[in-house]
Amino acid sequence: MTALELGLHPHATWDWLTGSPLFGITITLAAYAVGRWLHQRTASPLFQPVLVAIVLIVVVLEVGGIDYSDYLAGGSYIGFWLGAATVSLALPLHREWHLVRSAWLPIAVGIVAGALVSITAAVLLTRVAGGSRTLQLTMAPKAATTPVSLALSTQIGGIPALTAALTIIAGITGAIAGPWLLDRIGVRDLRARGIALGSVSHGIGTARALAESTTEGAFSALCMGLTAVATSVLVPLLLLVL
Amino acid sequence: MPNPPVLRGLLVLLGCQLAGEVVVRFFGVQFPGAVVGMLLFLVVLRVRRPAASSGLVAAPSLLLQHLHLLFIPAGVGIVVYLGTIRRNALPLAAGLWGSWLIGFVVTALVAQALIRTVRERP
Repeated sequence: MTALELGLHPHATWDWLTGSPLFGITITLAAYAVGRWLHQRTASPLFQPVLVAIVLIVVVLEVGGIDYSDYLAGGSYIGFWLGAATVSLALPLHREWHLVRSAWLPIAVGIVAGALVSITAAVLLTRVAGGSRTLQLTMAPKAATTPVSLALSTQIGGIPALTAALTIIAGITGAIAGPWLLDRIGVRDLRARGIALGSVSHGIGTARALAESTTEGAFSALCMGLTAVATSVLVPLLLLVL
Repeated sequence: MPNPPVLRGLLVLLGCQLAGEVVVRFFGVQFPGAVVGMLLFLVVLRVRRPAASSGLVAAPSLLLQHLHLLFIPAGVGIVVYLGTIRRNALPLAAGLWGSWLIGFVVTALVAQALIRTVRERP
């Protein structure tokens, strides 16, 4: 006896489910909740809620044979708010603005030098290791905070989803290896440490900087915002010559 | 009943984004509209200096608190590029960690050197 003869409609239900925005929104919130729970449970920077959530959803889509475009029917409602969230980054910038007055030269030069070097190195190293132009463009904006690197990647013709993943991994790298590396190269000034973490490891690096000291966290938050601006200006300009 | 503060805050955020997106398109500038919106919102915050209870603080705080949730859908897009990632593991790893390392060390050393210079010069 088939399901239909029993008066059940599994196929119609499945088709509706996978195409409905309700599916994409629910699974995104659920995966995020699991990611946050795991992050709090382990207290490890390796378990970034967003990374865990992405892996979980990718597995569900692969196993269920669901198209990314179907998932986006719901996912795009959540992704829409990224633009407003980018605008919101002005808040930490505003809060830590007093630091600009106290140390404007190290902040300005550090950020511009850091952005120039990391964009150039990203493009050239990817190229030298055999990456295509698209991959080089995908790598270029990864030091900026994720909503901005995503927007830049879209604008210059990279692969936005891959840029997002690379950006998050750059953040995790900073949170795990950053403080250790700063000790090795003799950078002990809390302000310089914050500037470095915020400039190349954005929000995830800032969370780690905050765990070390509030001064370091404040500098990191400020520099995350300023790096977003510097990267937005410098990526299209550097790509003219790289 | 007056509008709740968060609603007003969200309106200002979307208004700044909208203005930024319109400006970059109108002038044909290669620049993310939302980043222009961020600079506009920074001006609003510097001028208004809102209290912590204001919607101008509550709305962005709410979004920033769950910033990670918002880019999950974009990140899931890697599902389409799993093959690309496997085939390009080396350039991706070299580009990512190489440039992270160089950028990080340069920024840290430049910032520390300048902080010392500024301190030594009265």
